[in-house]
Amino acid sequence: MSRLPFYLIVGFLLVAGIATSVHRHMQFEIPWVPGEQRQVWEIEAVINFNAQNGPVQVDLALPSHQAGYRVLTENTASSGYGLAYQADELGRQAQWTIREAAGSQQLYYSVQMLVSPDARAPAQTPPGLSSPPPWESPYDTAASQLIDRAWARSATNATFARELILDINGERQGENARLLLTQEQPSALIVRLLNQAGVQAREVSGLLLEDGRRRQSLSSWIQVFDEQGERWAIFNPLTGEQGKPENLLLWETGGRAVLEVQGGTNSRVSFSMLTHHQPASAAVRNHYSEDTLLNFSIHSLPLEEQALFQTILLIPIGALVVVFLRVLVGIKTSGTFMPVLIALAFIQTTLLTGLIGFLLIVAVGLIIRNYLSYLNLLLVARVSAVIITVIAIISIFTVLAYRMGLSAGLTVTFFPMIILAWTIERMSILWEEEGPKEVLIQGGGSLLTAVLAYLAMNNPWVRHITFNFLGVQLILMALILLLGNYTGYRLLELRRFKPITDDEKPS
Amino acid sequence: MSWWKNWTWPTRLRDKGIIGMNRRNIRYIGRYNSRHLYPLVDDKLKTKLLAQRYGITTPELIGTVTTQFGVKHISEMLVGHNGFVIKPAKGSGGKGILVIEKVEDDAFVKPSGAHLSIEDVERHVSNILSGLYSLGGSPDVAVIETLINFDDSLLAYTYEGVPDIRVIVFKGYPVMAMMRLSTAASDGKANLHQGAVGVGLNIATGAALRGVQFDRPCFIHPDTGHDLASLVVPQWNTLLHLAAGCYEMTGLGYLGTDMVLDRKHGPMLLELNARPGLAIQMTNGEGLRRRLDLIERQPNGVSVADRVAFAQHHFARQSELVETPDTASASA
Repeated sequence: MSRLPFYLIVGFLLVAGIATSVHRHMQFEIPWVPGEQRQVWEIEAVINFNAQNGPVQVDLALPSHQAGYRVLTENTASSGYGLAYQADELGRQAQWTIREAAGSQQLYYSVQMLVSPDARAPAQTPPGLSSPPPWESPYDTAASQLIDRAWARSATNATFARELILDINGERQGENARLLLTQEQPSALIVRLLNQAGVQAREVSGLLLEDGRRRQSLSSWIQVFDEQGERWAIFNPLTGEQGKPENLLLWETGGRAVLEVQGGTNSRVSFSMLTHHQPASAAVRNHYSEDTLLNFSIHSLPLEEQALFQTILLIPIGALVVVFLRVLVGIKTSGTFMPVLIALAFIQTTLLTGLIGFLLIVAVGLIIRNYLSYLNLLLVARVSAVIITVIAIISIFTVLAYRMGLSAGLTVTFFPMIILAWTIERMSILWEEEGPKEVLIQGGGSLLTAVLAYLAMNNPWVRHITFNFLGVQLILMALILLLGNYTGYRLLELRRFKPITDDEKPS
Repeated sequence: MSWWKNWTWPTRLRDKGIIGMNRRNIRYIGRYNSRHLYPLVDDKLKTKLLAQRYGITTPELIGTVTTQFGVKHISEMLVGHNGFVIKPAKGSGGKGILVIEKVEDDAFVKPSGAHLSIEDVERHVSNILSGLYSLGGSPDVAVIETLINFDDSLLAYTYEGVPDIRVIVFKGYPVMAMMRLSTAASDGKANLHQGAVGVGLNIATGAALRGVQFDRPCFIHPDTGHDLASLVVPQWNTLLHLAAGCYEMTGLGYLGTDMVLDRKHGPMLLELNARPGLAIQMTNGEGLRRRLDLIERQPNGVSVADRVAFAQHHFARQSELVETPDTASASA
């Protein structure tokens, strides 16, 4: 019997699979690796104040799109309060209102900011120069002397601002500056002097982003309008350093108060933040408007079907893992492809929750199934009873998990119940006939296979490749065919047959 | 690195001619066992009827139960039979076989001494019918046979159960044989992975070559303490002829035949297996590869007697259980 046709088919599948994948890569510029990871900051602002048994109005400035950051989503939590978002040329605000409130109040605002280096602030027009109130004597002399000295040492608005900051906050702080600082906060003083000199400037509030920080407050920064660049330049009011630190998120730029509370006392706002990475949503699907045969792609399907296919296309990966472990390693599993289904459930539940849920369900199921075997039932009826038992166990676990506040426990409903019931039935018979050891071997083998299949199927790179390159399915097919033709030893047989090779030595 | 001691190299297994699971499945079962012949061996009832037609002795059939309705009449069927065996026609790996050694009053006594009521027996039969023990859980038939009165000469080598003899028959040639002795660990069952002792048998004489329990060498029966070296299967030639004849009967090229020795009727065919396991290599301390390669080079259409003679001539070996080869041949 010639094996030639077999190898021809395998070769054809390999060539076709690789060729279509390479074609898709070249033609549509789909990368081999999943899209770059984008950094997202989750920032939560907590407003605390004491309400005074009357109507309350709370205004909180909100961050907008700006250089380096883009607002993804925002949420608020505030029971009983009316909420309105307002936006004007000075920025965005959230306004909470309530007719009657008493005691300590907490309002929450959370926002997801996407770190995007190409993000730009909306078009900026220089604000009209606000004329600051005149200084009283002797402050007017001190102010004009400070301005004159800084003006003389500078060339542009930006350098003027830097010199002024150094004169007021830096080592060069002199008599004049100290005198003026008795009247104004440093940042406010700098802005006032800049305005007095005819330079457009304003004080803004920013948040320095650091992963995992809690109870942070906003810091004060100074923006100076750069007339050449027609944009705002930012200065650190303490050091005079120009330029925005990368981790600075501007929260309020309109020159208004960040937090205003009417009808409350002791108000304060504090921030906590977290960062995580998420894949940039590759807008691959926009590439596929025209439909050709070579362009045959599931991306032409509606979004909902695509999501379904993303999972379906992973199943061959799970099957490959099972074939590999059974043919090359020799691991025993309970039910050939049961581990793949369990692995699919793990994808929904996450690994740890899934493992705990699976073990709990099977363990409790085995105990109940053990009792069912005394009832002398027909097979189909008994398995049906086990199915109902599994559903009952899942329901009880879900309710218990919910009551205990473990939202992860809710995902156990993703387990395929019929498969679980058959697993329990098979394990139970195995237990009766071969003893607990065999149950451990086969159950452990199944779980190990399921975990490995899960790790393979949940790998972002594998997901990207299987979803974007249909040709990979042909390659998988070829690999599985090749494995099906393997007549060599399994890894575990090297251990099983070891005693035979031992005898060679004495003879 | 002590764990390394338990592993060997693939090259050493190949040198020994060991056949792995994958090679067995593809190279022998896939090539020589045609799928449509499987039902003949997977269904013990069919095997039994077929064997009767070919004049191959099997344990006497008491009756069959095919419907749940028939379960209630099982006690009538069992009247007058002191010992019997109930097995699923499509069971595999010895699953679902219930051995009743004797009936005392209303109690059915298992070889282990456990007493079962008629309800227990009926439930077992009901389980068989609903497919609990059959491949794929398909509905099944319960087969009830007389208990084998096994040969006294082998009594000392077994604990509770019936020792059976597995002969691998390749293209009609008996290539390798072993005896499976049940132990306390195996609960009276002759399944090697459950702890039965496997004894490799010399194809030429039926004498023991070496003993293995749990894949590790053993020299005496763990429960009876009897020396395995002195074990010789009586009526060996008859047994080999019986086994070799199963090739014509089934047409399966790679076949495991399970035989027992009855006190009155001599060697009997218990069941056939189209996917015989590989443990026989462990009990013989030798791989199947060389023997199978030799048989593959033999022409087709050789008579049973010639095939047995060929195998006995080419596959003769000496026991590893005794110190000098002379005593082995003397006891044989």
